[in-house]
Amino acid sequence: MRHLLSCENLGADQATAILDTAGALKQALLGREVRKLPTLRGRTVITMFYENSTRTRVSFEIAGKWMSADVVNVSSGGSSVSKGESLRDTALTLAAAGADCVIVRHPASGAAQRLADWLGGTHTSVVNAGDGTHEHPTQALLDAATLRERLGGLTGRRVAIVGDVLHSRVARSNVHLLTTLGAEVVLVAPPTLLPAGVESWPVSVSHELDAELSAVDAVMMLRVQAERMHGGFFPSAREYSIAYGLSEARMRQLPDHAVVLHPGPMLRGMEIASAVADSPRAAINDQVRNGVHVRMAVLYHLLAGEEEVA
Amino acid sequence: MTLIRGAVPYGEGDPVDILVEDGRISEIGNVKGYDGEVTDARGLVALPGFVDLHTHLREPGREDTETVDTGSKAAALGGYTAVFAMANTDPVADNPVVVEHVWRRGREVGLVDVHPIGAVTVGLKGERLAELGAMARSAANVRIFSDDGMCVADPLIMRRALEYGKGLDILIAQHAEEPRLTVGAQAHEGEAAARLGLAGWPAAAEESIVARDCLLAGHVGARLHVCHVSTAGTADVLRWAKARGTQVSAEVTPHHLLLDDDRLATYDPVNKVNPPLRTSSDTKVLREALAEGVIDCVATDHAPHAPQDKDCEWAAARPGMLGLQTALSVVVATMVRPGLLDWRGVARVMSERPAEIAGLPDQGRPVAVGEPANLVLVDPDRTWTVRGAELASLAGNTPYEGMELPGVVHTTLLRGRVTAREGQARV
Repeated sequence: MRHLLSCENLGADQATAILDTAGALKQALLGREVRKLPTLRGRTVITMFYENSTRTRVSFEIAGKWMSADVVNVSSGGSSVSKGESLRDTALTLAAAGADCVIVRHPASGAAQRLADWLGGTHTSVVNAGDGTHEHPTQALLDAATLRERLGGLTGRRVAIVGDVLHSRVARSNVHLLTTLGAEVVLVAPPTLLPAGVESWPVSVSHELDAELSAVDAVMMLRVQAERMHGGFFPSAREYSIAYGLSEARMRQLPDHAVVLHPGPMLRGMEIASAVADSPRAAINDQVRNGVHVRMAVLYHLLAGEEEVA
Repeated sequence: MTLIRGAVPYGEGDPVDILVEDGRISEIGNVKGYDGEVTDARGLVALPGFVDLHTHLREPGREDTETVDTGSKAAALGGYTAVFAMANTDPVADNPVVVEHVWRRGREVGLVDVHPIGAVTVGLKGERLAELGAMARSAANVRIFSDDGMCVADPLIMRRALEYGKGLDILIAQHAEEPRLTVGAQAHEGEAAARLGLAGWPAAAEESIVARDCLLAGHVGARLHVCHVSTAGTADVLRWAKARGTQVSAEVTPHHLLLDDDRLATYDPVNKVNPPLRTSSDTKVLREALAEGVIDCVATDHAPHAPQDKDCEWAAARPGMLGLQTALSVVVATMVRPGLLDWRGVARVMSERPAEIAGLPDQGRPVAVGEPANLVLVDPDRTWTVRGAELASLAGNTPYEGMELPGVVHTTLLRGRVTAREGQARV
């Protein structure tokens, strides 16, 4: 595997291999006093974040460091990025400076793919850490890792993805990965927050959360971004919360084994009630923990793999 | 004086010789006893020179991407004898100084008749009318006005432009894009854009403005021209408006006839254009509408852009693609080869109708004795492979890179003078 750009183009075998590696790494680190593996010693990993993000950047940084890679963080403030240098030049510069892997988050959909094209003549790998409203593959992988842990597997499991699907890269990546891994997906959102042509996606669609809850094995709440609340996508935060928020009452409608996921950052009281977020059903901190292992696994497959898988 | 030997006008009938004297066609038939310059046109189709109602020549302001000089060469090589240069230059062509500059530069270069289009509103801002009369009465004799790139979105401003324009016998050409429906839009709102996470540009944003403008034009009794029709729904609206007698004309670009949003998957902004590439079912309907005459003509929307404005992430890229040198071939590929248009039809949509719409008396004329020798000779059987770097434009942003396309422009004549021949523009 040379790059990780999307879940759409990630095969079931590749995804399963990453998840298995993540599980093995998690076990390997369990109970260790020094959480460091020598696997990527001498490799240079650069995170390049054109959008503010704490959890994803930190997660990648920790993942790289636990694998003994040298991790350098570039953020759009305080670098040549803020001086108007093109994405292409920045990427080529970082590759020339010796990056074995560039982890990029960018507000433009397709930015990671473009980067991979520009770096075609180099050995540098690209990891998409979120591109616009397109994909966020490592988020979907860590969600899948968490669901596998909690549910024992994904085949035949039913997952509801609730909220702003239209603008969500997390939703897109999860739709691809979950269906690839054999799960059923139902998207739950008001029509204004569903993408055009969603009928052609391999999912079912619902506008009513209450009708879905009793039949799902997991519910994934998406963050509602502030700018959407003022964009006329729905009348008010209150109305949204009433219709699509995961309240305690709704949580009680879930089957006993069902898991609650949220990619964070959460808006407590808006899309998820505080008591739900803190309940034992919520796997939100597991998601964060697994995020590190999944990203370690991704770096392992990109940088330590003997031959190119795809 | 030149003799075109053995061409087939409109691809109909037997080959004939066409004698050109003093810029006009003086004889058609079997010309004997001539010993001047000869163009061997055996196997070539003779058509009236093409007229492009929609070109961006980028001068003044972006001479790093195109100039009147390089754009004129591209036009001549594409078989054009007249082009209309859009107003969204820097400074904007919203006053007589700029339009006269463009017009004069066109005359100096002399490869194609360059007609500047004036802006409808000051600075293309859509707020108040530019001095349409001053531009119409200037040396540039501006006949078409457009805020292309921007929509004249305010219905009252649009009404006034149409109404006021009647008194000047000018044409308002609308870039139909309802701005509130296209905030941040990056690609056709549909399956491809949704999957790629690109903000949608819905077909209804075009269709609603076209419908509104047809109603306004009908109401005030003015003529309206619709730029770059891109959706099947717009074709329906035009059919309806024409049936009820609205004086509306419309153009379609070659790229909207050939390309669709399947191409977006690479995120290569060479495919980014406004209005965006639509679906394959739209391209099919647009081809039929052009054949039927619901859409009057082909216009290139030739839009050169610098490498740095395309070699970037999709959202940051400028919309637009080169078109002058590839237009004929795309029309051959999409209309002639599938049997939707014959060569007389090509003459209609690429020369006669645009000349009529613009009111050019000496363009789009029949290939006949006494007519101006604005001609293009086309090799219908040859194909060529498009290479952006080899095109005459300063920019190289062609979506057809590497494509093999049918139909080659062999020679272009402007008032009897050869302006392009076998891939070389005559300076």
